[in-house]
Amino acid sequence: MACKFIVFSIGLALALGIVHETGHAGEWGKYQVEDRRSGYTYRTKETRAMQDDDFQNPGMALVDEGEALWSMVDGKAGKSCASCHQDASVTMRGVGAVYPKFDIGLGKLKNIEQQINTCRTGQMQATPWKWEKGQLLAMTVYVRHQSRGMPMNVKVDGSAAPFFEKGKAFYNERRGQLDMSCGSCHEAYPGTRIRADMLSQGQGHSFPTYRLKWQKVGSLHRRFRGCNKQVRSKPYKYGSDEYVNLELYAGWRARGLPIETPALRN
Amino acid sequence: MANFKARIKVPKKAKKGEVFQVKTLVTHKMETGLRKNKKTGKKIPRFIINKFACNYNGKEVFSSNWHPAISANPYMSFYVRAEKSGSLDFSWTDDKGQVGTKSAKIMVTG
Amino acid sequence: MVQRIEMKPVNRRDILRICGSGALALLSTSMLPGLVYADAKAVASEIKKLIGDKKMTEGRITIEAPQIAENGNTVPIGFTVDSPMTDADHVQSVHIFADENPSPEVASFHFSPASGKAQANTRMRMIKTQNVVAVAQTNTGSVFMAKAPVKVTIGGCGG
Repeated sequence: MACKFIVFSIGLALALGIVHETGHAGEWGKYQVEDRRSGYTYRTKETRAMQDDDFQNPGMALVDEGEALWSMVDGKAGKSCASCHQDASVTMRGVGAVYPKFDIGLGKLKNIEQQINTCRTGQMQATPWKWEKGQLLAMTVYVRHQSRGMPMNVKVDGSAAPFFEKGKAFYNERRGQLDMSCGSCHEAYPGTRIRADMLSQGQGHSFPTYRLKWQKVGSLHRRFRGCNKQVRSKPYKYGSDEYVNLELYAGWRARGLPIETPALRN
Repeated sequence: MANFKARIKVPKKAKKGEVFQVKTLVTHKMETGLRKNKKTGKKIPRFIINKFACNYNGKEVFSSNWHPAISANPYMSFYVRAEKSGSLDFSWTDDKGQVGTKSAKIMVTG
Repeated sequence: MVQRIEMKPVNRRDILRICGSGALALLSTSMLPGLVYADAKAVASEIKKLIGDKKMTEGRITIEAPQIAENGNTVPIGFTVDSPMTDADHVQSVHIFADENPSPEVASFHFSPASGKAQANTRMRMIKTQNVVAVAQTNTGSVFMAKAPVKVTIGGCGG
């Protein structure tokens, strides 16, 4: 009788698609810290192989592009990124792990994209790059890539605390015609399928990432916008305070997980 | 000449007769010609890289013709037998006849 | 103080609703009205154009493809043809077809004895579940073929 019930339960679980289909706890090495699993572990072995090989990973093209931009002089000051920061592999190592962070001058959080544009308009006296366009994406990928393998470690206390709380509240706040929060999917159902796609734990450490769906690299804010549109709510602007706060919370959700930029996701 | 952004992986050294793997990745949208512009409703014209070739010391050792079913940012890996030291020259040709090239040196020992 | 937000449980039905809109968006952007799909016949006629009336033998080709593709935009695909790759006996070309894409041709690969191996890998687009067909021609006039089914599911949840 009990046996029958178990068979029935398993059958039901399979039918509902609520069985974790990509391995078991502890199998994921560096891609798992405590109960936090990187989105990497929810992808198929083919997609993971694409990320693991720098000559198969199409996101690496942006690392090359960012590297070229790093030493390109632009703006009235006649400077490049390298003029102040020299060798990115030294000076930018670790940066990707701690952004977004509190900026005293602004009195709020600043993410990597915003820091790049602050350098451009300030030190370089150049025009800021546009969000989601090639150059800003490439430079963000390049900067973040310098921290590849380092554990995500954003600061959420002190001055950052109120912004972290706002980000967390956003994550759990229902919105849109479907009345769903980020957490409705990413906290309640990671590892289960919604149609053919498998839900991750909704973290921020792999961005900018190459998405198979986009067939290109995109920022975390693009992903936020996509998710917001899917629940039929009005997305916020790229670089909005709401999204930068949310970025900090998503970064904290990935604490301890290695930075994978440029990662491969579905 | 088109400015294709490409990544290539070729070993620096190989023994004569050794068969080594070559990996190539090029950035291109590979527009199929089947999609419509959402705003105007007009077809977006096909624009793809339709030919890839690899020459080894001037002689073609591998080539490939691509159709719109090849994914964006095409990846291509294949094998070459090491004969003499020299260069591997890669070329990508698009629908407008623009050609992008990249080369790698290889040292063959023994 | 942080305001506690009341969470009412979301069931799978709610989540599936998101994907309804996702699937519609996918359909509307990736397909055109009146788009004609290839079929096994179209592939057969393409093959006939290449090899004429020569006999095809099954085997000698191993296709490397996922059983289920994560995303139809980018399906890793590879093949190996069992061949000595000598001047006397080598694979000249391998043609890949997809029997239910809008157009059956995917790519052709041209080898030489200097290739050492008749093996290659690339990534292809598949609009739906279908067969990948590989046809290999050797310099001695033999033709081999192999087929592998790949499942493509409508995914694309999340924008």
